Amino acid sequence: MNAGRALETAAAWLLAFLWIAPLLYAFWAAFHPAALATHFDPLAPLTLDNFRKAWTYAPFARHLLNTMILVTMILSAQLVLCTLAGFAFARFDFAGHDIAFGLVLVQLMVMPEVLIVENYRTMARLGLVDTILGIGLPYMASAFGIFLLRQTFKTIPRELEEAARVEGCSMLGVLWRVYVPLARPTYLAYALVSVSYHWNNFLWPLVITNSVNTRPLTVGLAIFGAPESGVDWAVISAGTLMAVAPLLVAFLLFQKQFMQSFMQAGIK
Amino acid sequence: MRHVYGWLLLLPAAVLLIGFTHYPAAATLLDSLFSSGTVVRPSRFVGVDNYAALADDPIFTQVLWNNFWFALGTIPASIALAMLMAIWVNDRLAARTLVRMAYFTPTILPMIAVANIWLFFYTPQIGLLDQLGALFGAPSHNWLGDPHTVMGCLVAMTIWKEAGFFMIFYLAALQSLPPELEEAAKIEGASRWYFFRRVTFPLLMPTTLFVLVNATINSFKLVDHLFILTKGGPNNASNLLLYYIYQVAFSFFDTSYAATLTVILLLLLATLALVQFQLIEKRVHYR
Amino acid sequence: MKRLLALLLTGMLLGASPARADTELTFYYPIAVGGPLTKVIDGLARQFEKEHPGIKVNPIYAGNYDDARIKALAALKAGQPAQISVLFSIDLYELLEQDVILPWDDIATSADDKDWLKAFYPALMANGTYKGKVYGIPFQRSTIVLYWNKDAFKEAGLDPERPPANWNEMTQMAAKLVKKDASGNVQRWGVMVPSTGYAYWMFQAFARQNGHDLMNKEGNRTNYAHPDVIAALQYWRDLGAKHKVMPEGTIEWGTLRQAFTEGKTAMMWHTTGNLTAVKDTAKFPFGVAMLPASKQRGSPTGGGNFYIFKKTTPEERNAALAFVKWMTTPERAADWSIATGYVATRPGAYETAKLKEYTAGFPQAVVARDQFNFATPELSTFQTGRVRKLLDDAIQASLTGQKAPADALKAAQQEAERLLKPYR
Repeated sequence: MNAGRALETAAAWLLAFLWIAPLLYAFWAAFHPAALATHFDPLAPLTLDNFRKAWTYAPFARHLLNTMILVTMILSAQLVLCTLAGFAFARFDFAGHDIAFGLVLVQLMVMPEVLIVENYRTMARLGLVDTILGIGLPYMASAFGIFLLRQTFKTIPRELEEAARVEGCSMLGVLWRVYVPLARPTYLAYALVSVSYHWNNFLWPLVITNSVNTRPLTVGLAIFGAPESGVDWAVISAGTLMAVAPLLVAFLLFQKQFMQSFMQAGIK
Repeated sequence: MRHVYGWLLLLPAAVLLIGFTHYPAAATLLDSLFSSGTVVRPSRFVGVDNYAALADDPIFTQVLWNNFWFALGTIPASIALAMLMAIWVNDRLAARTLVRMAYFTPTILPMIAVANIWLFFYTPQIGLLDQLGALFGAPSHNWLGDPHTVMGCLVAMTIWKEAGFFMIFYLAALQSLPPELEEAAKIEGASRWYFFRRVTFPLLMPTTLFVLVNATINSFKLVDHLFILTKGGPNNASNLLLYYIYQVAFSFFDTSYAATLTVILLLLLATLALVQFQLIEKRVHYR
Repeated sequence: MKRLLALLLTGMLLGASPARADTELTFYYPIAVGGPLTKVIDGLARQFEKEHPGIKVNPIYAGNYDDARIKALAALKAGQPAQISVLFSIDLYELLEQDVILPWDDIATSADDKDWLKAFYPALMANGTYKGKVYGIPFQRSTIVLYWNKDAFKEAGLDPERPPANWNEMTQMAAKLVKKDASGNVQRWGVMVPSTGYAYWMFQAFARQNGHDLMNKEGNRTNYAHPDVIAALQYWRDLGAKHKVMPEGTIEWGTLRQAFTEGKTAMMWHTTGNLTAVKDTAKFPFGVAMLPASKQRGSPTGGGNFYIFKKTTPEERNAALAFVKWMTTPERAADWSIATGYVATRPGAYETAKLKEYTAGFPQAVVARDQFNFATPELSTFQTGRVRKLLDDAIQASLTGQKAPADALKAAQQEAERLLKPYR
């Protein structure tokens, strides 16, 4: 390896270190006593006190449950709705399908959180303010999901559909037996992207939830970090780590799958 | 019959999409033509008065500029870094998996968590940045409290969060490039920089355009950090359009003015959509 | 397929059940001091329920004052139950304009009730009273106080038991307290006054000390451009720009307490609500004093009051009255004050054994109360969100050197006039 290469490798490593440093710092602050959060003493004793305190200041367990319910609900609905819609666009030449598809794609630009005021009003009329369903409903028909599945379904050879038809399958049967199984990689990829996005979503959940019983982790974390009398770094770090831990751990364990998913989604 | 089936399949998704995207957009437009109502003073039709008020609102102008600088600051830098990261990771780099993980991890964190962590870096005197500076004898600086530096700080933090995300798209694109190109270049004795400039970069153009549009839309959507770091201050130096809409709607309860601002935001996004459509469709077919 | 359906259904069912519990009284409250105070409130609610069978209390923690206001009003608009709330004392005009609150006078009709209404410090009733009727019952109230680091005073050759009594003294003492390192960088500042979060609140103190209040009693006129008020902002700006005893630019509300306890500033102006937290974390002896005077002493009051909403049944109103009276007995006011550092809201609380004992051992705890003699109500007008933001922005513009105090305040006053004229 020549000098140029070595330099590049060093640069890449330096950048990687810079990139991971903030998170490492949060770990440092969370596991050391509050006084040391602003001083760097490598031999300082570790402590779980900050986590204990953070746990009592905000109901993280409840927030975690809310978030899990939320992403599961959204994903399940998305899988169903986007499969049906994607199938319609891929295989049915129905009247007006071009315009319909264009209108669907509008949602890629104009996400529900851009229209917070009006969507809040709609939710109030439906009586869904401060419910988890209220957080999820605007996202269940995902333009991105419809788009992905349409592309995927289009690549599936027609012969397979015809073979199934010959055996007496109904249209929905064909969908279920032929298209869905073959699109599994897309579903997996989409699932990871959707879960990551909704796990970390903040503005809309902030607006629509009022109470602990419905707040997801992101909103809980924001409220936890903002008391009037001021912040205590070590405790904030501990709380932040607790909030990001589930997704972070999942990511570390399934790195390859996460990245493949995002890549797949990107190609399409 | 196909037509009926088609629409039936589409119906559930269509209902939700119309309900939470198209209908609210139209309703917002309508709303912007009325004044805000309270129980004591009910709402009335005011036509384009609200839009006239926009021109008189210094915060609105400030916010538009801020969005512009924010986009200008974050997008080119994150794209450049993302390309660089992708090239490095794609090569046979030592410890490549770890490096890739380090680049991508910030993407997995919610913006709120990122803001919590970075608030600490920027705190004067006791914060990490000032402490590091003190090691080199630099004076303490009020990073988030100084209107000249606050945007820069937010931009740095956003680049940190976004670059890894864009890297993924470039990785995918790089992996789909035929390896013969690189071999041919090596045989002809082209330097790596030359190869990058004349071959890789142009071939990555479709990805770049895609990432560009994505990043621009994101720059309008990304306001979570303001709730933790600056709340738009000091004196609106870091305020962004979507955050201003939130303030007007939920802090001032002025829903009509918020609707007016939202219409502006929608127009900006629509323009971007058109640009994307023109640029990308043409470019992709060009290749 | 079945499992997927089941999962979907469960998800939807779990999600669709609203966050309402089967209770009679729901109330939103903000926590303005860090700490496990949600547990304290929950404990109080349970105790009340035990003593009053037939009433259930459902406290909902809503975040900070802004969050609590947004959430309570949003809940009301969305038709969700909320009978009482602890909200910012200054939300009064907003709540009146939305026509959602009742005066307590209408419910507190017995002789005993009327005595109760009179039992609070008058200084704390000012923000909650409109046209002679009481809309807000004081619950967690505060004033701004001066915290000072006694060790730092000693180090700088100042008497550690003597805090500054007026603006001149504060400037001079702060100058002595500034500590620089070998390369001329400041290690410790003389004084810090926060200017994010509630800048207008801090500024009210300066203005009052210089002789002027920022708004009128009717909530429809502001006073931002009076020469005394401009001079007050100029003084604040000069602390950083001219005398260099304070950092320039805005000073973050949230991190100031930690800056003080880490010795980065020798004095700080902050809410008395921080008292318990500072007591627990400061590793040096510290003092608490009334804010220094200019023409007079002064501080705005701050904090939250109990409000009762109109959309309530007669049974709910009686239950609410019982609950709020219970929460504000001298004993409980004393408990709350000790746990948080807020001022106890009624003189009777300071007569209780436990508070007498506490303040004997920790005299810093009564400074805020003594300052009531010089207190002024917190800034509150119609269109309060906008009117306050105008002032906040003007203050921040001056402190960062973007605008001269006179220009900033005059511009803010002009805008505020435009907003408030329709209310006169």
